[in-house]
Amino acid sequence: MRTARNRHLVSGAMIGLTYLAAAMATLPLLFILFHLIVKGASSISLDFFTHMPRPVGESGGGMANAIVGTLILIGVASVIGLPIGIGAGLHLAEKKTTPLAYTVRFLADVLNGLPSIVMGIFAWEVLVRPIGHFSALAGGVALGAMMIPLVTRTTEEMLLVVPTSLREAALALGYPKWRTSISVVLRTAMAGIVTGALVAVARIAGETAPLLFTALGNQFWSTSIREPIAALPLQIFTYATNAYEELHRLAWAGALVLISIVLVISLAARFATRSRFGAPVD
Amino acid sequence: MTSLPVNWLEKEKDRRRLNVGASAFSDKVYEALTAACALVVPGLVIAIAVAVFAAAWPAFAKLGLSIVTTSDWDVAGGHFGAAPAIFGTLVSSTVALIIATPLAIGVAIFLSEFSPSWLRQPVGFLVDLLAAIPSVVYGLWGIFVLIPLLREHVMPFLRDTLHLGATPFFRGPAYGPSMLAAGVILAIMALPYISSVSREVLMAVPRSQREAALALGATRWEMIRDAVIPYARSGIIGGIMLGLGRALGETMAVTMVIGNRPEISASLLAPGYTMASLIANEFSEATNDLHLSALMAVGAILFIITLIVNAVARWLVWSVSRRRAQ
Repeated sequence: MRTARNRHLVSGAMIGLTYLAAAMATLPLLFILFHLIVKGASSISLDFFTHMPRPVGESGGGMANAIVGTLILIGVASVIGLPIGIGAGLHLAEKKTTPLAYTVRFLADVLNGLPSIVMGIFAWEVLVRPIGHFSALAGGVALGAMMIPLVTRTTEEMLLVVPTSLREAALALGYPKWRTSISVVLRTAMAGIVTGALVAVARIAGETAPLLFTALGNQFWSTSIREPIAALPLQIFTYATNAYEELHRLAWAGALVLISIVLVISLAARFATRSRFGAPVD
Repeated sequence: MTSLPVNWLEKEKDRRRLNVGASAFSDKVYEALTAACALVVPGLVIAIAVAVFAAAWPAFAKLGLSIVTTSDWDVAGGHFGAAPAIFGTLVSSTVALIIATPLAIGVAIFLSEFSPSWLRQPVGFLVDLLAAIPSVVYGLWGIFVLIPLLREHVMPFLRDTLHLGATPFFRGPAYGPSMLAAGVILAIMALPYISSVSREVLMAVPRSQREAALALGATRWEMIRDAVIPYARSGIIGGIMLGLGRALGETMAVTMVIGNRPEISASLLAPGYTMASLIANEFSEATNDLHLSALMAVGAILFIITLIVNAVARWLVWSVSRRRAQ
C-alpha cells in the first residue's frame, strides 16, 4: 500500500541510511589513525629521526636515511612538476577554448587517474634501463610526472577565479600581457596555486609503486640523486612484509611519520586557501 | 613642479613604441613557454605509451595472446600466462565497487541534501582525507589490523553463520590474505573518489528540480530518487568509473593483502593476484629478459584498461558539468 504514511516511513528510513553511510565512511579513517598512533607512537624517539636502520635482529635504530631520501625525492619531483604544471595551467586559463586546451585538459584528467605503477615503468624504461642503474633522479622524474597533471588542473582552476577586471586594469595601465599574467593574475591566485602544489606534494610523498622501479631504496646513507636512494614508503613496505617483529614496530613508526607529513601538508593546503577565498577548494 | 622638457612628447612616444615592440616579443616568448608546458601533458601520455609498449614488445612478439589467455605463470619454463592476475584485478575491483558504491553515494546524498550544516564540513573533510592516505599505509593497516579481523570474525561469520559457504564464493578455509581483504581495502581507497565526484554532480542539480518534485507532493526521498539522481546519473557513473580506475591500478596495498597466489579461484576467501601486484612483486626478481618483458606486457595491458576506464569516466563527468554550464 502506497499510503502517505508508508511513503514517509520509507523516506525517513532512506534518509537514516544516508546518515549511516556517512558514519560508516568516516570510520575507516578514524580506525587507521587510531592504530597508527597506538602502534606507532611508542616506537618514535629521537633515534628514529637521527639514526640509520640497524641490521636485522638488533633492536633500536631509525630511519634517518629514508626520511632524508623522501625529502630529496619530493624536492626533485617539485622542481620538475611545479614549473611545468603552473606553466601549463597558465596556458589553459588564457587560451580556454582552443583545441589544444581541450586536449590538454582532458589528457591531464586521464593522466591523473593512471596507476602510479605505470609511471614507474615509464621512468624505468627511460631513465634506469638505458643508464644501467637505479637512481633518485629517476624516482624524482616519475613522481614529478605524476605532479604535472594535478598542478596543471588546480592552477587553471585557481586562475579562473581571478576577476577579469583585474587583468583588464593591468593591461589598460600598459602592462604587457606576460607581466599582467605573472605579476597580477598569478600573484592574485597565489594562495590557491600554493594549495594545488601542496595537494600534489602530499599525493606523491607517500607513493611507493613508482619507486620500486626507480629509486629502489638504499640501506645506506645517500643523498646523491645519481644513486639509488631510500624512501620512507619503500622502507615501510619492506619492513611490513618482513617476518621480524622488531621491523613491524619500525614500519608502524615510519607510517606514523609519513602520515604526519602528508596530513600536515594537506591541512596546510586547506588553510592556505581558506585564508584567501573564505572556503576551501579541493 | 618642474616643467616637462620640450622634446618630452617625442621621447615618450619613442619609449612607448620601443616598449610596445619589446612587449610584443616578450609576449610571444611567454606564450610559447606556457604552450610548451601545456604540450608536455599530451607529450607525456605519448611517451608513457611508447615506453611501456617498447618494454613489452619482446614478450608480445614471442608469446602473443597467450599472455592474456593462459593461466600458467612458470618463469623457469618460459610460460607467462597472466590470466589469474587479470581475473584477480577484475574481481578485487568489482568487490571494491560493490562495497564502496552504495556507501559513497549514501555519503554524497547525505552531504548534498540532508547533513546539518555543522556536520557537512567535518564529514566531507574526513572522507576526502581517505584519498590522502598513502597506499603503503593502507597496506600496513591491512596486514596487521584488517586481515586478523577478517580471518577471526568476518570470514567465519560470512561462511558459517550466514551459510554463504554453500555458495562457491565463500567456500574453503579462511586464509587471512585474500581476494576479500583486497576488495575491502580497495573499497576504502576508492570511496573518497566516488563520493567527492557524486557530491559535486548532486550539488550541480538545479534547485528547481528539487522544488518541482516537492511541490508535486514527493517525500524527500522520492525527490532524491525521482528528480535528483536521474539528473546526476551519468556524473555519478563517471565517479564510480574513476573509483574503478583507482582500484584497477592500485598496487602496494593490494600486494600486501591479497596473498599473491597466481590461481583462479571462485572463493573470495582464497588468496589471489592482480596485474599490478604481479609486476610489483616479480620486478626485482626478474632474471631473464623475457620474464621482465612479460611483466611489462602485463603493465601495458593495465595501462590500456585504465586509460579507457578513465577516459570514459571523464567524458561522463564532463557531460554533466557541461549541462550545468548551459
